[in-house]
Amino acid sequence: MSKIRIATTSLAGCFGCHMSFLDMDERLVALLEHVEFNRSPFTDIKHCGPCDIGLIEGGVCNVENVHVLREFRENCKILIAVGACAINGGVPAMRNHFNLRECLEEAYVNGAGVENPQIPNDVELPLLLDKVHPIHDVVRVDYYLPGCPPSADEFLKILGDLLAGKEPSLPQNLLHYD
Amino acid sequence: MSADTKQNPITQNTITIDGQEIPFLAGQTIMDAALAAGVYIPHLCHRQGLTPHGSCKLCVVDIASRSASACTMPAVAGQQISNNTPALNEARKTITQMLFIEGNHICPSCEKCGDCTLQAMAYHLGMLGGHFPQFFQRREVDASHPTIMLDRDRCILCELCVRASREVDGKDVFAIAGRGINAHLVVNSVRGKLVDSDLETSDMAAHICPVGAILIKEHGYEVPIGQRTFDLHQVSEVGLEKTILTKVRQPDE
Repeated sequence: MSKIRIATTSLAGCFGCHMSFLDMDERLVALLEHVEFNRSPFTDIKHCGPCDIGLIEGGVCNVENVHVLREFRENCKILIAVGACAINGGVPAMRNHFNLRECLEEAYVNGAGVENPQIPNDVELPLLLDKVHPIHDVVRVDYYLPGCPPSADEFLKILGDLLAGKEPSLPQNLLHYD
Repeated sequence: MSADTKQNPITQNTITIDGQEIPFLAGQTIMDAALAAGVYIPHLCHRQGLTPHGSCKLCVVDIASRSASACTMPAVAGQQISNNTPALNEARKTITQMLFIEGNHICPSCEKCGDCTLQAMAYHLGMLGGHFPQFFQRREVDASHPTIMLDRDRCILCELCVRASREVDGKDVFAIAGRGINAHLVVNSVRGKLVDSDLETSDMAAHICPVGAILIKEHGYEVPIGQRTFDLHQVSEVGLEKTILTKVRQPDE
């Protein structure tokens, strides 16, 4: 039987959800008998091929995030919003209370200890969006895996359900938003 | 024996919730009777001892063919009530999602996390995401008071603080101003700042907030994450409000 193909990415996130995924520790060995990774920080594959499951960590804060998210949606049969930031913008979305210029000036002009203050403006840098968005503002999302981060047990539960061909569900003891 | 006294007991000061017969006293609401019998009806704006407000709508139950808020509807003998049904719980989840997306509820950065009734309600109803587009409203934070914090980002307009201040503390510190999407919590002082109000940390209004909108400063992390109320309890455990209030008030008493 061919393996289930999974792609993962971190958009406006902190990679904490990916770290939590790796907290499966030795259980990863058993999981890898059934799944293989396509585009992911785990593999360093840069673009997403056709996949069964896409795991998206982080919200959408710049144009590159939008492109990556759309690539995932086009290639993944099932897309899962992983963690608080993907689900509601999370901590990065706290900048939505201020306008973009205020944020940039606070960080790069008026911030404590800033030398040679200037707002970065290189063509290689993806343009920031006015607001940080949850991913379901941009693409259709099939399932949500809350938590900051979701525990390794949560990842195993939702992937286990999908591998078994079941509708994923989280028991109450695994459901948390922090 | 007359026919009257042989009546079906169901018409003699009992109501039926999800098939369970529950006694009530004259004047009790459906919520009062249910809680007294240990039956949980989901609620956020209700607190025993305060005038019912009927605003959060989580306690809406089906009584025969109509729906009503259990916290304001008087118990009437023979009522056949549906409470814990998939349809009602789905509607409750939608209401909870709307509360989440209307405010700025960033659980990982909130010191009420684990003690928050809104969060616990969302867990109880199996909410995985907000479903609706986030409002990202900008709301005023009032950090003027030396010992009490007011963060309107998390306010769900339940009016528990309004009623506690008026009915228990006798102070009238809080009110809701504005209508619809502009509704917001205001403070009864000349500048509208908490520091100029009569609010004290010993007031019920300073502790009753079910979310992280009104917080006592410098006590936020005395109970570590993982040992908080809803880390140890379900929101559906009847009588939990008293436990929470007693526990939270202890540091100042």
